[in-house]
Amino acid sequence: MTQIPARIASWFAAKSWSIHPHQYEMFNRALDPATLLIAPTGGGKTMAGFLPTLAELADGTHEGLHTIYVSPLKALAADIRRNLRGPADEIGLHIRIEDRTGDTSATQKKRQRVDPPHILLTTPESLALLTSYEDAPRMFAGVQRVIVDEIHALAESKRGDQLMLALARLQTLCPDLRRVGLSATVEDPQAIAHFLARHPDPCQIVQADPGPDPDIRMLETQEMPPWSGGGAAYSIPAVLEQIKQHKTTLIFHNTRAQAEIFFHNLWLANDDGLPIGIHHGSLDRQQRERVEAAMVRGDLRAIVCTGSLDLGIDWGDVDLVIQIGAPKNVKRLVQRIGRANHRYNAPSKALLVPANRFEVVECVAALEAARAHDLDGEPRGSGPRDVLCQHILIAASAGPFDASALFTEMTTAGPYAHLSRDEFDACLEFCATGGYALRAYDRWQRLQQRADGQMQLRDPRAAQRIRMNLGTIQDTDTLKVRLKRNRGGKPLGEVEEAFAASLTPGDTFLIGGQIVRYEGLREMVVEVSRRADRKPKVAVFAGTKFATSTQLSDRVLRMFAQPDWPQLPKHTADWLSLQRDMSRLPQRDRLLIESFPNDGRENLCVYGFAGRNAQQTLGLLLTKRMEETGLAPLGFVATDYATLIWGLDAVTDPRPLFQLDALRDGLETWLAGNAVMKRTFRASATIAGLIERNMGGQRKSGRQATFSSDILYDTLLKYDPDHLLMQITREEAMRGLVDFGRIEAMIARIGDRIDLLRLDRVSPLAAPLFLEVGKVPVKGAAEERLLAEESARLMQAAGLTRD
Amino acid sequence: MNEVAISFAGQTLKALGSGALWWPDQQLLCVSDLHLGKSERIARRGGPSLPPYDSQETLNRLAVDIARTNPATVICLGDSFDDLKASAAMQAEEQRDITALQAGRRWIWIEGNHDPGPIDLGGTHLSECKIAPLTFRHIAQAPAQAEVSGHYHPKARLNARGRTITRPAFLVDKTRLILPAYGTYTGGLRSTDHTLDALMDGQAIAILTGSHPRVIPMPR
Repeated sequence: MTQIPARIASWFAAKSWSIHPHQYEMFNRALDPATLLIAPTGGGKTMAGFLPTLAELADGTHEGLHTIYVSPLKALAADIRRNLRGPADEIGLHIRIEDRTGDTSATQKKRQRVDPPHILLTTPESLALLTSYEDAPRMFAGVQRVIVDEIHALAESKRGDQLMLALARLQTLCPDLRRVGLSATVEDPQAIAHFLARHPDPCQIVQADPGPDPDIRMLETQEMPPWSGGGAAYSIPAVLEQIKQHKTTLIFHNTRAQAEIFFHNLWLANDDGLPIGIHHGSLDRQQRERVEAAMVRGDLRAIVCTGSLDLGIDWGDVDLVIQIGAPKNVKRLVQRIGRANHRYNAPSKALLVPANRFEVVECVAALEAARAHDLDGEPRGSGPRDVLCQHILIAASAGPFDASALFTEMTTAGPYAHLSRDEFDACLEFCATGGYALRAYDRWQRLQQRADGQMQLRDPRAAQRIRMNLGTIQDTDTLKVRLKRNRGGKPLGEVEEAFAASLTPGDTFLIGGQIVRYEGLREMVVEVSRRADRKPKVAVFAGTKFATSTQLSDRVLRMFAQPDWPQLPKHTADWLSLQRDMSRLPQRDRLLIESFPNDGRENLCVYGFAGRNAQQTLGLLLTKRMEETGLAPLGFVATDYATLIWGLDAVTDPRPLFQLDALRDGLETWLAGNAVMKRTFRASATIAGLIERNMGGQRKSGRQATFSSDILYDTLLKYDPDHLLMQITREEAMRGLVDFGRIEAMIARIGDRIDLLRLDRVSPLAAPLFLEVGKVPVKGAAEERLLAEESARLMQAAGLTRD
Repeated sequence: MNEVAISFAGQTLKALGSGALWWPDQQLLCVSDLHLGKSERIARRGGPSLPPYDSQETLNRLAVDIARTNPATVICLGDSFDDLKASAAMQAEEQRDITALQAGRRWIWIEGNHDPGPIDLGGTHLSECKIAPLTFRHIAQAPAQAEVSGHYHPKARLNARGRTITRPAFLVDKTRLILPAYGTYTGGLRSTDHTLDALMDGQAIAILTGSHPRVIPMPR
């Protein structure tokens, strides 16, 4: 294709729009097997992706599905449908554009399989599901193009790995399929291109003009940020003032809990009654849709949100982005800022609001990095094998398959280009028999080899169960929250099961900006009533926690080394000075450890600056050693810069704990029994199909029929420690949650330069850690001591004495 | 000590940290809800192939308790097998282990809702069993008198200085004693569940299992 069809060109002309250079280039490359477009939000990215599709469909001769558009968000698929319908109608194209997500009705879904639209807008999970049906070849016959939107976000997660495996399948069904990726600004476009293209196809990268630098500053407030905490309540008046001065403001938070608290406080102070909404992934779908619709109509002046609004949904006229809390990662900050001001070639406007004084330092460091275009990021390893296992089961659901052909197909997916046949065979064996050293399931294999050598499901009904458990998104177990009424009250959203378990009737918490009172649990639904209290007990949501990038941590440490801090607000500079006087500031080539009593417990604060995940690992390793040396640790919490450990006894000599070589040597065995590994195992075992989330509409509940995945982990560890899933768990833990690479980097950096300071109370720098969520309990001797105490106390209180 | 002594129906019984019940006067060891063969049953029914080591692990733990107490009588209080086919599908090795455990003692299989019928293994098969003054049956009945049962897989939770601790638990009141599930792949029913709340009287206690079993008022 060389020429844009006249009808389309004249439509652009009628709108007095010019076609951007990168849109032309994407059009000219429309026949390439794979193309990646890097463009800022508002750069006409969607049109650049769809222009070739509209042109190819312009003559009205194409039958069936032509283009599949995949986005990580359901809302984005629906949004693109609206935004594409208008131009298609105005140009006079008689094409069907439909979305298909988890929210699409069953009738609609069934119809789409029989009679697919020209353009299908969907998510990675829905696409993978479509490939699992026996009629997939018929439905996908003739597909020409696939557009992967927000591919930079997908490439960071297992959802992206799953999508690439689904595209490999699609490419087998439609050999002429051409791939297009649309990405925000990233530090390594080549890695995304490799991820997208059919291996070893080439993939051209098209760079749009990035536009002018954003106008990005720290919000100036009358009041000082607090010593600790994540709520940023101090900034409410200043934020309200900004909302008044702008048309539409997006207020980003790093976690859902923080968004809830902030929204609540914002409402209490919203004397002018400005229309402000809240949007995050734990809210009920209807609530979210209402907010989205109001946003599209331009009815909202501000929206308090989390990452659920991170991606490129084009909603209304956002002219200001406020980031509450330190952005943790410069790349994400730049992408969020891109949400403001969608006019091409106008600078985006953004304000950073540190939630506490440590975050002031992080925010200033992030600002400096953003101005220097110093984006951060770590290369991601090859595709994880739990996703591969799921994909083998998906392939089996579609019908009998040839193992060698499937292996060849999978290695065309970028993330699996280097998969070895042995690795594949181990996954296949796991899917077929469980892959245990004890061969117990020869009679009940999930997959069987037929006489012709093809593999197939032993019980065809298993396909239904596989489909129901498809996907890689790990919802922590959540419970629905409803208002207590006679006949099923209004749904408000979801909370984590662990949070619900911590509630007793009468407790109050925040959800969807309302304070509700916990009434009780009924059939796995949290029943609540409305309350007008001012002080809720805070809801702890699972909001994603990002680790501060290595680059950003280094900037912070460099800043600490300065004799004074002219670039920081006075209050923060004073705070750092106070830390320097009371204790010491962490240095890049030394490890600072503080020890102090607080609130009846002994504390140890280790400033490793290795990022949240690595600090968490350090917490696991250190508490394990403390347990062994009888120091009775109770638990720990990690932030990006430090690990705080509390226990019953003080650490006076850190040397035995910090024999770093021993830490490294013992990692494997130490990790085996801990909570992080069990959490990782649970996620991988669920993806790989060992644990079923959904059992035919009947949700796993707290009834006695179900048991914890921890038991499976413990059993494998004892009887089959080299089982595939244990290998996957170790790999996953090492790269993600454990981030051992950063601990090793820290070890190399500090050598034996460890400083333990004994303080009589909490230090300025340690104080914020006490308010961190995500505390990890240590189940050891200390728990037995507590249990004994509490058992005695309760029995005495109840008047039950025992002889 | 890895046990808690309880006085029940005029007898002294010991709740072991493993979840087994020991009656010293009768030299009787009682365990409930072994659910042997659970992983096999799940796979047979088209479910995932769970690690097939659960029966071995359960029997290993039972062997430890038997070695420690050297009982004259062992009562398995029902749901010993995840279903009747599971008992037939036992691995030869597991069958040998059971036979070895049975050697030289009386062994009673009480019928459960999962295994409501005779089992093709040594031992006596009974729907319930009275050894005065106690009655052993799978599911608690009303009214109860000196009744020892299982079935509900009770667990109890307490909060100690901000730490939530949940463990399988014995529930004991004046007339009833409910054992926690002994099987490896078993979950639990919270003592706060209305079924258990309705079953146990106001003075009921819960004994949390673990390396040091502990007594608390039954959480409601």
